[in-house]
Amino acid sequence: MANYSTSEFRSGLKVMLDGDPCSILDNEFVKPGKGQAFNRVKLRNLKTARVLEKTFKSGESLEGADVMDKDMQYLYTDGDFWCFMEPDTYEQHQATEAAVGDALQWLSEQDICIVTLYNGSPLSVTPPNHVELEIVETDPGLRGDTAQGGSKPAKLVTGAVVKVPLFLDQGDVVKVDTRTGEYQGRVK
Amino acid sequence: MWLRWIRVLENTKVGLSSSSVSYEMSTWQPGASREALLRRACLLNRLRGFFAARSVLEVDVPLLGKSSITDVNIDSIAVTVDGTTGYLQTSPEYFMKRLLADGSGDIYYLGKAFRDGEIGTRHNPEFTMLEWYRCNWDDHQLMTEVADLVNMLITEEHSSPMAVTKMSYGQCFIDQIGFDPHDADIERLRRLAVELGSSSWSDESRGNCLDLIFSLKIEPKLPSGIVIIHDYPECQCALSKISKNQKGQLISRRFEVFIDGLEIANGYLELTNIDEQVNRFKDDMQYRMQEGKSLRAIDQKFVDAVLSGLPSCAGVAVGLDRILMRALNATAIDQVLAFSWHRT
Repeated sequence: MANYSTSEFRSGLKVMLDGDPCSILDNEFVKPGKGQAFNRVKLRNLKTARVLEKTFKSGESLEGADVMDKDMQYLYTDGDFWCFMEPDTYEQHQATEAAVGDALQWLSEQDICIVTLYNGSPLSVTPPNHVELEIVETDPGLRGDTAQGGSKPAKLVTGAVVKVPLFLDQGDVVKVDTRTGEYQGRVK
Repeated sequence: MWLRWIRVLENTKVGLSSSSVSYEMSTWQPGASREALLRRACLLNRLRGFFAARSVLEVDVPLLGKSSITDVNIDSIAVTVDGTTGYLQTSPEYFMKRLLADGSGDIYYLGKAFRDGEIGTRHNPEFTMLEWYRCNWDDHQLMTEVADLVNMLITEEHSSPMAVTKMSYGQCFIDQIGFDPHDADIERLRRLAVELGSSSWSDESRGNCLDLIFSLKIEPKLPSGIVIIHDYPECQCALSKISKNQKGQLISRRFEVFIDGLEIANGYLELTNIDEQVNRFKDDMQYRMQEGKSLRAIDQKFVDAVLSGLPSCAGVAVGLDRILMRALNATAIDQVLAFSWHRT
């Protein structure tokens, strides 16, 4: 991979730091009085999702990380691995539970997700921003109670639990924003 | 329509370098608001009034010269003039010191300076600098004048002036970090620098480690208002005199001024000894060579001027754009410049 110098660091650039792939979030140029210039850099470790703050001498460089985001279709799981397919090449990738992470609770077969590949293997999975899922468990619906505020927990078919309005019932399909876990509306 | 799309594409391609500020795609407009433009004009006026009242002479020295400085951490911009290499000046210091050696008396310069590679939320490669020299003054007298000037420039009518706090560099370290920087072991400084910065600081120089620690640990905790830090470590003397503090430690007679944590000025009790001056140039060259930086010839006319006798004086350089940032509560230098580098 190519090396990138501090002046090339910009948001979204993927670099290697202490053996882990990281994504640059922010890069600030600092130059004290007559001193050596340096760059304060915020990075997200793509393996652990932790945000780090590091300071490098200006002009230093880091090796680029072989990381890329690809749209892939979720096919199935055998309990150990989650299988994703590139829609254009039909190439399949097996993601571990660690790589799937929180996306697990939103995934339905056929969904198109963003799979982040590191050295060719799945490192993380980002579910679609909006998913439509069936309620499998919730307190009985209060018919007619559509205007009132108030909400109750509902378990969805994929395992996620979200807050939904009181009038909804088991079997209803709801639209949820996976980034916030918030109910967006009922799907007819 | 096509033309517009081409422009958008070009603007996207240009990219925006190391700064963390994001710029709009098409930026023919200035970065400074109408208010910022007015405030700058007003500030420049007030400033000239301040020095006129104190009988300090304004001098207009070249921005473009045949020589440049050897400073290890400041890079000048080389240009071609009539087939030979010239340099945009990184500060008016050498020309001003030549005037001082020629008997000019107290002088100030108000104009541009250029430094390569300095681009960020607080830096623009071209910036407005105010620099002045007071003959037969020491650094502490000049510190008082800097505080007076800053307060005069940015204090609004009917509001009280900002508090002025003076602290020695050594005391700041002792208070905030718990050890004396002047006699701290280099390995201790490196360990702390690695902890604060990254593994790449493990074999850095004393001066660089101190700068990192100061920027990350001390600067954020400076009191509000005008803060003047003086008596810098000997290894960060640049062009200032070295003397001993009360503890008998060698320190450089250099000071820096901060407003609410933002660094705005750097001053010295000026070095006047020619032998020491030449030695420092040689050290700079040595360092530049080690670091693989471009080498700059020593400015012989400046050396000759110091040799003929630079009067005892104190001098200071102030970043006016930074003062304007503070006056307008701006978060980026782009907001106080008509057109920052990214907009040109």
